Amino acid sequence: MSASYAVELVSVTKRFGEVVAVRDMTLRIPDGEFFSLLGPSGCGKTTTLRMIGGFEMPSRGEIFIGGEPQGYRPPYQRPVNTVFQSYALFPHMTVYENVAFGLEMRGVSREDIRRRVAEALDMVRLAGMERRRPSQLSGGQQQRVALARALINRPKVLLLDEPLGALDLKLRKAMQLELKQLQHRVGITFVYVTHDQEEALTMSDRIAVMNHGLVLQVGTAEEIYEHPNCRFVADFIGETNFLHGTIAGRRQGALEVTLDVGGTVLAQAGQDIGRGQPVTLAVRPERVRLSPGLPGGEVNALSGTVEDVVYTGVATTYWVALGQGERLMVRQQNEQIGAGPVAERGEKVTVSWPVDAASVFAQASEAQAQAAPEAGA
Amino acid sequence: MSSSPSAPEAKQRPPHRDLRGALRAHLGGMLLSSHAVLLYIFLYLPIVVLVVFSFNDSRFLAKWGGATFRWYGELAGDTQVAYALWNSLFIAVLSTFISTVIGTLAAMAMERYRFHGQLAMDALLYLPIIIPDIAMAIMLLIWFNLSGVGFTPWKVELFGLRLAVPYSVIIGHVSFNISFVAIVVRARLADMDRALEEAAQDLYANSWQTFRRVLLPMMMPGIVAGALLAFTLSMDDFVITFFTSGAGFNTLTVYVFGLVKKGVTPKINAISTLMVVFSLALVGLARLLQKGGEGAPVDVDLF
Amino acid sequence: MIETLRRRPGLQAALLIFPAASFLVVFFLMPLFIVVAYSFLERGKYGGVVWSFTLENLQRAVDPLYFNTFLRSARIAGLTTVICLLIGYPLAYLIATQSDRRRNFLLLALMIPFWSNFLVRTYAWLTLLRTNTGLINVTLMGLGLIREPLPLFGNDFAIILGLVYGWLPDMVLPLYAALSRLDPSLLEAASDLYAPGRRVFTRVVWPLTLPGVAAGSILVFIPSLGAFITPALLGGGKSLMIGNVINNQFLAAHDWPFGSALSTIMIGLMLLATLAYFRLVRRRG
Repeated sequence: MSASYAVELVSVTKRFGEVVAVRDMTLRIPDGEFFSLLGPSGCGKTTTLRMIGGFEMPSRGEIFIGGEPQGYRPPYQRPVNTVFQSYALFPHMTVYENVAFGLEMRGVSREDIRRRVAEALDMVRLAGMERRRPSQLSGGQQQRVALARALINRPKVLLLDEPLGALDLKLRKAMQLELKQLQHRVGITFVYVTHDQEEALTMSDRIAVMNHGLVLQVGTAEEIYEHPNCRFVADFIGETNFLHGTIAGRRQGALEVTLDVGGTVLAQAGQDIGRGQPVTLAVRPERVRLSPGLPGGEVNALSGTVEDVVYTGVATTYWVALGQGERLMVRQQNEQIGAGPVAERGEKVTVSWPVDAASVFAQASEAQAQAAPEAGA
Repeated sequence: MSSSPSAPEAKQRPPHRDLRGALRAHLGGMLLSSHAVLLYIFLYLPIVVLVVFSFNDSRFLAKWGGATFRWYGELAGDTQVAYALWNSLFIAVLSTFISTVIGTLAAMAMERYRFHGQLAMDALLYLPIIIPDIAMAIMLLIWFNLSGVGFTPWKVELFGLRLAVPYSVIIGHVSFNISFVAIVVRARLADMDRALEEAAQDLYANSWQTFRRVLLPMMMPGIVAGALLAFTLSMDDFVITFFTSGAGFNTLTVYVFGLVKKGVTPKINAISTLMVVFSLALVGLARLLQKGGEGAPVDVDLF
Repeated sequence: MIETLRRRPGLQAALLIFPAASFLVVFFLMPLFIVVAYSFLERGKYGGVVWSFTLENLQRAVDPLYFNTFLRSARIAGLTTVICLLIGYPLAYLIATQSDRRRNFLLLALMIPFWSNFLVRTYAWLTLLRTNTGLINVTLMGLGLIREPLPLFGNDFAIILGLVYGWLPDMVLPLYAALSRLDPSLLEAASDLYAPGRRVFTRVVWPLTLPGVAAGSILVFIPSLGAFITPALLGGGKSLMIGNVINNQFLAAHDWPFGSALSTIMIGLMLLATLAYFRLVRRRG
């Protein structure tokens, strides 16, 4: 157990009665990383965070913080601090008393507390608010008090449980940047729980995507977006087209897939999938190119009919029917003013994408992919 | 809303119907207000009459014989009243203290934990509230009689008065007050974000510090409200005190009941007036304690 | 030891609940069982009981003589509840639609009499209602408005008046709570969907405040059914309720088993009413 990991979970399982909230989770988070746990509600991300914080004890497995096993240590004996979803500011205390609470509990001297509270409030730009009550602050200010109250203790790890969830969109975007910069400045490991994929992609050094108590994939934002390892990840992060087909063989180091709608395409081989297996093919809408007319023999080209054209400002989205009920979403950047759509509704078009733009997942082995997640750094 | 241009035609009424609607709404509002005024008069009239006639210089209540303080003067020298008053206060303070401690602990257990038999405990906490005091009184009477304990008096000397308060009365008051305290404190706890306690623990406060610095101060308004309710109920109680004390023991309420049975006198009005003033002062004090008198006078979440 | 406590929340809960649980078991539950048991015992010669089983007490309790008292008590309690509901609902509605300041003032004004001693409040009515020397009759006759005193005292009217006065806030508060939890946009939605004022009330407001109505009714009905002080004072010794009969069995007739039987039936009725309330609330979610 190397001490260069801020947090290490080894085969951690958490049961609540019959329900398994977290299943056999192994995860290593290096020092100084901004790490996000991402997934839909009920996926086990908050339970994981609460186990690191000591609010829940693992049913099995061990959690290490700074290389030290935590066992049954209560929250107040762990070198971590938490920013709660509801902020959990003590309503009967002032901002000063809130921020000073942790230091006071640890018996830090009065002068030191005064100095460090001033520093902490300075850091979150709340100097002068010491004597206010939490109820007299705006949502954004409360959130910064919660940050100051946690960071003042100089924890090894800061745990954040959807801290921006209660803020409106504009403020949330601003706070995302601020949090990221703050993390760079203080150099503390952040473990951040969110269900907002955009937020996770924006802020994190690395992301763990979770579902049903399992870690499905761990990687940088780009790895997860460009090379999802299963259908769930591809679907949960960003928008994706799914096409169904069967493996026809291998060609030039790529997999050859015969699509149900007709035609054969090449795709990168993430997993080794045998010939004749049914697969799902995932393609991001912005990687698809759309051109008028019929295909002229290029690779990965299909013909279809434009069903709908939706202008959304930065881009225009086309819905292309490929036959047999399968539709493809194509998104093209609007680079020039007044260029107009590439194709009109009802027009016959060709859609195509580069070989490395598509990922292939075996349909049958999806359950296996979930059972054996590629966890770890 | 009905004036929006997209509203269907059916909703656009001719102007005279709107006028009629407005008139009706106005009339309805007036009816509602006068109903409320009458009800408040109904609530306060008897008390006002009670107070006014405590200054009546006549033995007969229905005749006004001029204003006097003489009934209050009589009370001041009445040792029976003094004993009854101190018995009442002694029982109320003691039973309030005991039931507030026990009830608060129970509220914490019920609201912050899951345990076996919780449902049964819930029922056990609600039952003393549901069962009428006459039934509870005879339950306790038989029980104390059968077990042979409780009727022995607790002898204390307060301000030169030798009180002899049966333990059974105090026990009886505690047993109906625990539930009221538990329910009031529990409602307060249920409103509290559990993350507050977790936050304290996260900030290095151990269980005791968490309780002392976060849970207790936040429960305090509920505890004060519960204690006040217990105190009032204890001072208010006639039936249970009467049945569990044995003959000759008077609290203020038992004493007044005895007087009323004998006949109506301005002296009773004087005692009653003092009791009303006392409970008014108590409510005022409680509101001063809680948020400096701001906020709603009743906790709506109790219902 | 503290370490063990920390790791075992079950133990913490047990320690917290122990004082209340043990106190209530010893001084509430066991007395309750004893009363039920007494209902099946024979009467002793000089008060007390003889420990032999009999059903006689319960049979006597359903004898028309006593059963009618039960019926009368239930009727009085029922009427009290209905009157409280009829006059309390508009008041709760008014309070709920006021600004915060006024609503707090009105609630406080409602609570102040409620916080004063129940006996004192009942006594106040006694001085007003008494037939020949009560203030109302004396005043009305003095003004020459009536010749004979009105029958205001020593009857069901006086008891119901006293009970309504005593328990009205218990009806208004839950109604107010239910009304103030109503989402105003629901009323707007109903109006928007063409419902006239009356139908908005019958189809939206009333059904949504039904739990409050049930809670208020139970809070008024139960203490009214078990009333003792009110009938003792305002019933003038003639108009009795079941609470007074029980009282007499213990203090005058010294028939403890029969008094216990009457109490057992009364407690049973209370439990039934409460269970009915919980079923209603649960069904409405």
